Amino acid sequence: MSETVLKSVVVPALQIALVVAVLLGCVAYLVLLERKIIAFMQVRLGPRRVGPHGLLQPVADILKLLLKEDILPARADRLVFYLAPVILLLPALVAFAVIPFSGTPVRVLGVEVRPWITDINVGVLFLLAISSLGVYGIVMAGWASNSKYPLLGALRSAAQMVSYEIPLGLSVISILMLAQTASLVGIVRAQAEDGSWFLFWMPYPQIVGLFLYFVSAIAETNRAPFDLPEAETELVAGFHTEYSGMKFAFFFLAEYANMILVACIVTVLFLGGWLPITLGIPGLRGALSNLLPFWGDAGAALTGLLWFGIKVLVVLYLYLWIRATFPRYRYDQLMRLGWKWLIPLGLAHLVVTGIVLLAAH
Amino acid sequence: MDETKPESPAPESAPKPVPPRKGEADEAALRAPVPSRSLDRLRQALPEAVQEVVFHCGVPIVRVDPERIVEVGHFLKEDAQCRMTLLSDLCGLDLSRLGRPEPRFDVVYQLFSPDQGERLMLKAAVAEGAEIQSVSGVWRTANWHEREAFDMFGIRFAGHPDLRRILMPEEYDAHPLRKDFPLEGRERDHGNWRRPDDERRNVRVR
Amino acid sequence: MFGTSEMEINLGPQHPSTHGVLRVKLSLDGERILDAKPIIGYLHRGCEKLGESRAFPQAIVYTDRMDYVAAVNENIVYVEAVERLLGVEVPPRAQYMRVILSEFQRIASHLVWLATHALDLGAMSVFLYCFREREQILDLFEGYCGARLTTNAVRIGGMYEDFPEGWVEEARRFLEILPARLDEYHKLLTKNRIWLERTREVGVIAGDVALDYGVTGPCLRASGVAYDSRKAIPYAAYREFEFDIPLGTRGDTYDRYLVRMEEMRQSRRIILQALDRLPDGEIRGKTPRRIRPPKGEVYHVNEGPRGELGVYLVSDGTDNAYRCRFRSPCFVNLQALPELCRGHLVADVVAVIGTLDIVLGCIDR
Repeated sequence: MSETVLKSVVVPALQIALVVAVLLGCVAYLVLLERKIIAFMQVRLGPRRVGPHGLLQPVADILKLLLKEDILPARADRLVFYLAPVILLLPALVAFAVIPFSGTPVRVLGVEVRPWITDINVGVLFLLAISSLGVYGIVMAGWASNSKYPLLGALRSAAQMVSYEIPLGLSVISILMLAQTASLVGIVRAQAEDGSWFLFWMPYPQIVGLFLYFVSAIAETNRAPFDLPEAETELVAGFHTEYSGMKFAFFFLAEYANMILVACIVTVLFLGGWLPITLGIPGLRGALSNLLPFWGDAGAALTGLLWFGIKVLVVLYLYLWIRATFPRYRYDQLMRLGWKWLIPLGLAHLVVTGIVLLAAH
Repeated sequence: MDETKPESPAPESAPKPVPPRKGEADEAALRAPVPSRSLDRLRQALPEAVQEVVFHCGVPIVRVDPERIVEVGHFLKEDAQCRMTLLSDLCGLDLSRLGRPEPRFDVVYQLFSPDQGERLMLKAAVAEGAEIQSVSGVWRTANWHEREAFDMFGIRFAGHPDLRRILMPEEYDAHPLRKDFPLEGRERDHGNWRRPDDERRNVRVR
Repeated sequence: MFGTSEMEINLGPQHPSTHGVLRVKLSLDGERILDAKPIIGYLHRGCEKLGESRAFPQAIVYTDRMDYVAAVNENIVYVEAVERLLGVEVPPRAQYMRVILSEFQRIASHLVWLATHALDLGAMSVFLYCFREREQILDLFEGYCGARLTTNAVRIGGMYEDFPEGWVEEARRFLEILPARLDEYHKLLTKNRIWLERTREVGVIAGDVALDYGVTGPCLRASGVAYDSRKAIPYAAYREFEFDIPLGTRGDTYDRYLVRMEEMRQSRRIILQALDRLPDGEIRGKTPRRIRPPKGEVYHVNEGPRGELGVYLVSDGTDNAYRCRFRSPCFVNLQALPELCRGHLVADVVAVIGTLDIVLGCIDR
């Protein structure tokens, strides 16, 4: 097989397969993790009967969802009804194509494999664009269900997601200014060069940026406290009321995949991606970059993956913690928060970052 | 529960009232009148509306003329010394088994004044099929209570904004709390709990 | 060319946050509520008719099941009404016991209210924490009368049994941890920005309007009207205890929340006083073997956790009541729902239903 075919078709295909498989597995176990962590915060134990400590619960859930009756509401738009979950899930998966999981390429069987599927030079733009496509899935789901509650839920959700794209984008632009590149790998490398993560970037740490991004992302992914469109106690279950079985599972998968995506993006943009956690101690970076030196490049890659994974887990824990703690925002308050508070905050943050950058040069 | 019996007939003087045996009710004490400023004011202002006054368990029970119930209600609510702003309860009472077949129903109003701390019970007689004025214009809370009285007894309230059933289904055709309505319900309401081939089975098609 | 029209939406009768089988017909203009009509009767079991067909002591069990979250209070109001008809004196120890159980029931009921209200508004963890405390109270009830929910704890003339050994100590232990737990709930909710936004200025009702609607209990007191049956017409032994009645100012959901939270503290205060001064003596007064009150009628009220519980009993001199009417506070409070919801958004209906603290068993009887 020629080198180009190998490099541009086979290797990426294998990478895609690996990422999708691992991602779906992570999503399934994220559901379990959420149930366990929230349970512990609520003085109870969570799933513990299916497998030791409930570890086989995701298997049971998937089996159940696969075997459930497939209900199509009367007079629902059939094509759109079936298409909606797919349209919601695909962008979440596709966005992982540009996420770098580690820093060092590895030679496998003579071929150089990079720990990301691809690295385009407009990576950030690509992410923003792809994640916006999810709105279509929600609107299609609400419309096709031919029922009042899903319609209300879908419209709310769509408006919410569109509104919070703006503060999301504003916080990301500041990062672009700091990194001078829109490629995700480039952003992490810029953090490596600068010597500190963008979160702790001196003289203006991007804490506001992280706060903005994270809050907007919670609203984008329809999670508490912004989960009114799908809250059980408000409008039954919002836009996915009429879905059952595997299609419902897709909605679920899409939501959690989006969560993981957000965690990965936060890690890459603000928390230094695959860079080790050195707590600011100089000179430690080199040692911690490769905890398996006898494996050389592979060791570095795996170590990078480890640090990446730890940061992603911390962000996910934050997601779950917030869900267990806060009440839910009402819809108009949610919109008011996005438009009247976060957008001005984002603009101000942008301006300050720009001024600091200019002054530094 | 018997009335207090005289121990033995005293020869010349009237028999002394004997205190009740331990544990039995002292009826005289229960029926003793209590001072009630609202009652006095009511008697003063609307003497023809007050038909009868008894006392029981320390509460004045005033039977009023049903034609003037709204007037009485307004007075008791607005008068500065009565201020009966809380209509605690309004219910129906079917007296057909209590020795008063006509007029069959009583509407009982439980009034309370949070300012003065006084309680009053009003009663107004309504015949079966007749109407009584609604007091939902005086106390808004009467609205649902009167609907329930209509639902349970069939007492109609004139001037009620929305007189329809509240607890029973809207198309139900009997009044369950009447004394001639059986506790177990009517045969024809029992639906399909009989076997399919039992001819007594009712299939209610709505 | 394009017009808008009202949308009619049904909330319930099966809905996670209607606290029972309640159906609310909402007329919406977009998200704004034009009208909210509650439709009840799904849980109507004919308790009043049953009360007429059973002897007075037998009917006590029906009172448990009407407002099942405030069973002891319902028991007590019925039993006290019969005692008034009989003219029976209840000994002081029994009175104190009634007060203690009544106030524990009030705390338990308010914990259910807080749990479900918070859950409806999204604060899931508060639900679990409240039920953790409620478990302890229910354990106390089980230790006393054998039942957690439908207690049937009182008898005509007094109580049916004295506190078992160790019950009072167990009660004190619970009361010791209660303030810290209440502080926990306060920390989670009271100053929480989201909670404030969801409950401030939502479901506002003025004091005189509320009284006109017959609203009683914490809903009335949050609107500023200081009417509490325990102070206004003291029953059981309430005359002998010192406690405050929390009052609100604005009559909105937030004030009702604060009033109920403070009521839990005041209940604890009452119970501690009662436990400290619990008199010795018998627990059952002299009652006739057969309960046959003389002909007459009485209307007796009680301060339940949700408002004024009332019983109107007409006795015809036989074993059964002639008329046994239960005045349900939730029935009356629910009537004010359209008033509270008008002009708000759909998401507020859930908050308002939660703040009214309704129990369908009490409404439908």
